[in-house]
Amino acid sequence: MSEKIATRNAYGEALAELAEKYPKLVVLDADLSGSTMTKFFAKAYPERFFDCGIAEANMTGIAAGLAASGYKPFINSFAMFSAGRPYEQVRNSIAYPHLNCTVVGSHGGVSVGEDGATHQCIEDLALMRELPGMLVCCPCDGYEMKLAVAALMEYDGPAYLRLARSATEVITDRVPGYKFELGKGATLREGCDVTVIATGIMVPMALEAAEALKEEGLSVRVIDMHTIKPLDADLVIKAAKETGCIVTAEEHSVVGGLGGAVCELLSGICPVPVIRVGVDDQFGRSGKASEVLEYFGLTPVGIAGKVREAVKMK
Amino acid sequence: MDKAKEKQLMLTAAKARVLILDAVYAAASGHPGGSMSCVDALTELYFDEMNVNPADPRWEDRDRFVLSKGHCTPALYSVLALKGYFPVEDIKLFRSIKSHYSGHPDMNHVPGVDMSTGSLGQGLSAAVGMAIAARLSGKSYRTYAICGDGEVEEGQIWEAAMAAAKWKLDNLCAFVDINGLQIDGSTADVMPSEPLDKKFEAFNWHVISVDGHDFRQLAAALEEARATAGRPTMILMHTVKGKGVSFMENQAGWHGKAPDAGQYAQAKEEILAKIKELEAL
Repeated sequence: MSEKIATRNAYGEALAELAEKYPKLVVLDADLSGSTMTKFFAKAYPERFFDCGIAEANMTGIAAGLAASGYKPFINSFAMFSAGRPYEQVRNSIAYPHLNCTVVGSHGGVSVGEDGATHQCIEDLALMRELPGMLVCCPCDGYEMKLAVAALMEYDGPAYLRLARSATEVITDRVPGYKFELGKGATLREGCDVTVIATGIMVPMALEAAEALKEEGLSVRVIDMHTIKPLDADLVIKAAKETGCIVTAEEHSVVGGLGGAVCELLSGICPVPVIRVGVDDQFGRSGKASEVLEYFGLTPVGIAGKVREAVKMK
Repeated sequence: MDKAKEKQLMLTAAKARVLILDAVYAAASGHPGGSMSCVDALTELYFDEMNVNPADPRWEDRDRFVLSKGHCTPALYSVLALKGYFPVEDIKLFRSIKSHYSGHPDMNHVPGVDMSTGSLGQGLSAAVGMAIAARLSGKSYRTYAICGDGEVEEGQIWEAAMAAAKWKLDNLCAFVDINGLQIDGSTADVMPSEPLDKKFEAFNWHVISVDGHDFRQLAAALEEARATAGRPTMILMHTVKGKGVSFMENQAGWHGKAPDAGQYAQAKEEILAKIKELEAL
């Protein structure tokens, strides 16, 4: 097994590593720099780090002002408080003026664990995806996260980047031919019976499910959809045509996130059965991260079960 | 400020008031009341205080302005038009589907607008960001913002106030347009926010109170703000909602309503008479 690292750690390291190359990069946090991992940047570049205190709405507005003045702000808090709480500020002060600013949601999904439902944001992908012109990105491991942060430095426009709290295995560094490009999904495993389109920490789980299903004679394609918006339509349609059914997997509500995006796309172009793995219209709950994920069926076993169902619907 | 300068500013503000009427009448909607109360401050800023260049609206070293009470767009667009950012005739395209002169300020389509605003409470934060940006880049430009006295009911204003003081942004100067009225009635009834001077002082701002229709007082306050080191300045300007139009003055009902043809004619006549009177001085 390879190293385990939380995507939030990889993100924090990437910010500090890229700071010298990008002098216009500024980082804002809301009293969570030790958790969002902006602390590395804060220590190395204190003059470009702004702790805005527990006032996320204002942090968002300050970032808008900085972006309007030529800086490249990254706004940081838990997803619940960067995409959720100041949703309207992100909409009107960042997305509507189409400012070059990245909203970062750390601790996305239910793998926040013990803190429970109030801190488990399972709506952020939907909220951010709905905003015109907003890029939405949710990398699946530490390696991919660093590539995503580097790509976002070169990107000009409003973006949302989701990070996970818990350490997970790095997988993309060993996939032959893997390359990262915003807006382009990465096919991590070929297959012809069914495609699992996953994002974030569900990607390694999808690979594990695919491996298990191989023993049952099922050939499962796995797509790592790190960019949920703009969705890689060509790749999704190709998968629908070639494998005839789709399972989506995300650590998010089944409403409005990756699964929603895939259904919206396919329903009008290539309607095939799509089963969405995610949190089924409920709030999260406390527990160890692994227990909470298990509770909601966000596991390789959970994905495998839905894959079998999808294949039967073909 | 000498008399000639004061007269010139009063004339410009009166012309802007005519354009405000033209805009809301042509659009058959918009916010004349608060536009009339803050247009003197806007005139003072753009025609006396701020270092800007209408031929180069995105000039990096320009002073910045954020209309945090974004609904008073007619006042901002009128002053920008008179300053030469876009043709004065365009004011009649305000809120029209045929133009980009949207109902609230749009930084991407209207030359001279430094920040898109409209959702109350957000502009002051953006102004804080601009002031931080000036310091970071070693530039000497100043940032100005106008908030409404209803708007300060938004909690974000106080978050921004705390942040501006934390970073000692003496390159930031904000106003509260205290006309005492908001949509549902008087601010004192809807949500009392006074004493604003003590509140902003407690938030470590330098606070100055002025008559928001007196150019000498506005200019003196702005000068005092420039001379204030180590803290942002808040100019609390006491104003009359609907100022300059007899039947609009101090009427909450004129917050967001356009005049009909008769009212438009009367209002315009009153302001044109004022212009004539000023010109005769």
